[in-house]
Amino acid sequence: MSANLSTIAYIGAIILFILSLGGLSTPVTARRGNLYGIIGMTLAVLASVFGPRVTLAGIPWIVGAMVVGGSIGLVAARRVQMTQMPELVALMHSLVGLAACLVGFASYIDTSIVFSGAEKAIHELEIYVGIYIGAVTFSGSVIAFGKLSGKIGGKPMLLPARHWLNLIGALLVIYSAWAFLQAKTPADGATALAVMTVIGLLFGIHMVMAIGGADMPVVVSMLNSYSGWAAAATGFMLSNDLLIVVGALVGSSGAILSYIMCRAMNRNFISVIAGGFGTAGGTVVAKADGQPAGEVIAISAVETAELLREAKNVIIVPGYGMAVAQAQHTVYEITRLLREKGVNVRFGIHPVAGRMPGHMNVLLAEAKVPYDIVMEMDELNGDFPGTDVSIVIGANDIVNPSAEDDPGSPIAGMPVLEVWKAKTSIVMKRSMASGYAGVDNPLFYKDNNRMLFGDAKKMLDEVLAALKA
Amino acid sequence: MPLTIGVPRETFAGEKRVATVPDVVEKLIKLGFAVSVESGAGDAANFADDTYRAAGAEIVADAVSLWAKADIVFKVRAPATAEVGLMREGSTLVSFVWPAQNPELLQQLAARKVTVLAMDSVPRMSRAQKMDALSSMANIAGYRAVIEAAHHFGRFFTGQITAAGKVPPAKVFVIGAGVAGLAALGTAVGLGAIVRANDTRPEVGDQVKSMGAEFVPVDYVEEGTGVGGYARVMSEGFLKAQLATFAKQAKDVDIIITTALIPGKPAPKLITAEMVRSMRPGSVIVDMAAEQGGNCELTEPGTVCVKHGVTLIGYTDLPSRLARQSSTLYATNLLRLTEELCKTKDGQINVNFDDEVLRGATVIKQGEVTWPPPPPRLSAAPPQAKPAAPPPKPKGHGHGAGEPMAGSTLAIIFGIGAVLFWLAGAFAPASFLSHFTVFVLACFVGYMVIWNVTPSLHTPLMSVTNAISSIIAIGALVQIAPPLGEAAADGRPSGLILGLAVLALALTAINMFGGFAVTRRMLAMFRK
Repeated sequence: MSANLSTIAYIGAIILFILSLGGLSTPVTARRGNLYGIIGMTLAVLASVFGPRVTLAGIPWIVGAMVVGGSIGLVAARRVQMTQMPELVALMHSLVGLAACLVGFASYIDTSIVFSGAEKAIHELEIYVGIYIGAVTFSGSVIAFGKLSGKIGGKPMLLPARHWLNLIGALLVIYSAWAFLQAKTPADGATALAVMTVIGLLFGIHMVMAIGGADMPVVVSMLNSYSGWAAAATGFMLSNDLLIVVGALVGSSGAILSYIMCRAMNRNFISVIAGGFGTAGGTVVAKADGQPAGEVIAISAVETAELLREAKNVIIVPGYGMAVAQAQHTVYEITRLLREKGVNVRFGIHPVAGRMPGHMNVLLAEAKVPYDIVMEMDELNGDFPGTDVSIVIGANDIVNPSAEDDPGSPIAGMPVLEVWKAKTSIVMKRSMASGYAGVDNPLFYKDNNRMLFGDAKKMLDEVLAALKA
Repeated sequence: MPLTIGVPRETFAGEKRVATVPDVVEKLIKLGFAVSVESGAGDAANFADDTYRAAGAEIVADAVSLWAKADIVFKVRAPATAEVGLMREGSTLVSFVWPAQNPELLQQLAARKVTVLAMDSVPRMSRAQKMDALSSMANIAGYRAVIEAAHHFGRFFTGQITAAGKVPPAKVFVIGAGVAGLAALGTAVGLGAIVRANDTRPEVGDQVKSMGAEFVPVDYVEEGTGVGGYARVMSEGFLKAQLATFAKQAKDVDIIITTALIPGKPAPKLITAEMVRSMRPGSVIVDMAAEQGGNCELTEPGTVCVKHGVTLIGYTDLPSRLARQSSTLYATNLLRLTEELCKTKDGQINVNFDDEVLRGATVIKQGEVTWPPPPPRLSAAPPQAKPAAPPPKPKGHGHGAGEPMAGSTLAIIFGIGAVLFWLAGAFAPASFLSHFTVFVLACFVGYMVIWNVTPSLHTPLMSVTNAISSIIAIGALVQIAPPLGEAAADGRPSGLILGLAVLALALTAINMFGGFAVTRRMLAMFRK
């Protein structure tokens, strides 16, 4: 295959990738979108393998690597549970990051392509940036994976003077870049490259360690974005437009997702990345005079079933607690039962519910909840006043009325689901602990709110049993 | 030494309630107090002395020894002059007092050097709801008002079609949708009547509707919410419009229940003699404001009378007519207040003036009049308190940015962009620039495409972009075995590069296959 032919094949692949992302605009076209992606990827790989840059000697290696990697990937994709999607995605981001690093190193020690002057400087800078982004993506994603899978605690780890540490790291990286560009031979530059890689890895670890559980959607989408930029940097390094385009697509996709997530939490991207919650205004202190007070009224599973049976309109608001308890199937069973009785059951999804963008939608889809009753926050927030019962399953901050009522609250201005406007709201929760933001939730003390304490799965099973009885 | 709580028999004529009930006695004892009850105190409310004794209370034969013994006295009605005389110096009294209406009583009590907590002065805050005896009594009064009306009304409440003819449903009009009003209209709706209600506070309209009644607004714009969730005195123009509305309703309805009260003022006259005359014979008016003078001009407080063929019920003791229920609720209100007074649970009380609820309720502290309290800081009607709550953010979620950026921000962004582009143009080689063009355009394409992705598919989007980003495999592919000239191959660490590239390829292959497969699996689950 000639160089021109493989370039044309690359253009075809680019178009297919864009169509693939475009296909995700509705669930109906999404499956076709995924297919476009697969075709595009096949085309790109084949065009490269049979292109001018690969000789026959490499084929066995390529086939071997693809078979090994591919089978691992397929097995993982089949085995993973839907609740573990965030972990899987984070882990995959780390692979992209690591691959970008490796390709960068290989490119650096490859002496077969010789540049000079500005081109050399640019090329080396591209390598440098590519490896750096790759290293941050890799270590950051590994930590994110650890946090999401519970292997590392979800609490933000805030080192003293962490902003200074970051600054020192950044300065060192810039200094190493200068040293790296001055180096005459690959061996000379290797030290600077190694220093930078280590700092990049440490920076990735530090950055994600400082971010708490509920900010994870932002982190996951940000790492998604990074993995794209890493690919784009590799593209510059190898002068390959296909890599650049795909990297840019993925990078902007992740960036937009991060933006959406931040806006859904009414928080600044910088402050999320800088770590901790509300660190800009000092530590989070529960306000002494703003403590909501009143009585919390508990309710039993049987009474919940009673309320549901008499309701005409029900809105269910799931949160991370539902994912943890693996309660989505029971939720669906209850939904099905109620819908058979003519109850209008809908789901209200907050953009940051769960640990990654769209997490709740995937879980509900897995439990066979039809997607046309799963609504976005904006779509049904106005409907709560006409709702008889709203059920909150394992969510807290996203249904906190103080975000609207109390300008002094740390989460003030964050859009929330107005469950308290329903005739009765039921909150399923393990205990009275406050949410991730450390803010007490006045919802619990509202007159029309009832608390159903206990493990979400167990309580929902009891509700289901009571409904069937 | 634990303090003794004394509960005397109510001396007010016709008062059947009692300030504590056996269930509550047990809880008071658990808080560390000793409880003494005057013999026969609970008789009128069907609580026999023996049940108090069984709960752990001591029964004291007469009022004099009870007052002498008690450190804290729980009562329902404000004490009579004779009772004030029995009070021990330094003791505490908890009861209804109505300090605004009874200034003399307040002076008498102050002269006895006692502490007095008035249940009618408990501030109306969400935290104090459990101690709000006015609300719990008003609830009972509202219920009883409808029952009394039904008793004097010569027809069914609910409409019926019987073999003997058609019975139209009764029409009930409730004035004032406070606690009593809501309880009344809820009861009337429960009996099957057509119920309408009016209130000067327009925001209670929703509450009225939620009880299944119809809200009749006054056609005049004025805000009627005063401090603490009570209504306030309205302007003259409003009153005229209001009376016109009521006159219209009076001609139409069978039963009117009035609950309009303004704290510290005589009840407003809302139903004129003219309106009563316009009502159908056999109609009933229950004037729940009778004690404060009545909302109806013709009401005779305390009794039932018939004027112009309309029965006017002016009972001032509606809660007392449901004595067992009202005693139980009132006793629980007192218990909650006692819990606030005795946080240590050791049978001692602390009238803590830093506590807003206790501060508000205390009208006399050790002989010193502390009424009226400073105005409450919190309103009981939070939606009104903060009308200017932060407006909802513009929500363009998922489809394009919400609000166009401010011009200045945009200018700065463009400025920075221009400088960067100029730098690139000035120093970068041509080969870089062509790639850079592709990169920038691709970013824009990505931006446009991704905004169209529906939020419910964000997880599949991430996994598919993740799979696509394994395009980095191409970087590895071209390094595995590139065609090399003799010269170029010289000194190239081919083995090492091969190793790195093969490893990178294997890693991206995991991603590539895994990513697409898992996306496929997820998307297959999305169905209608």
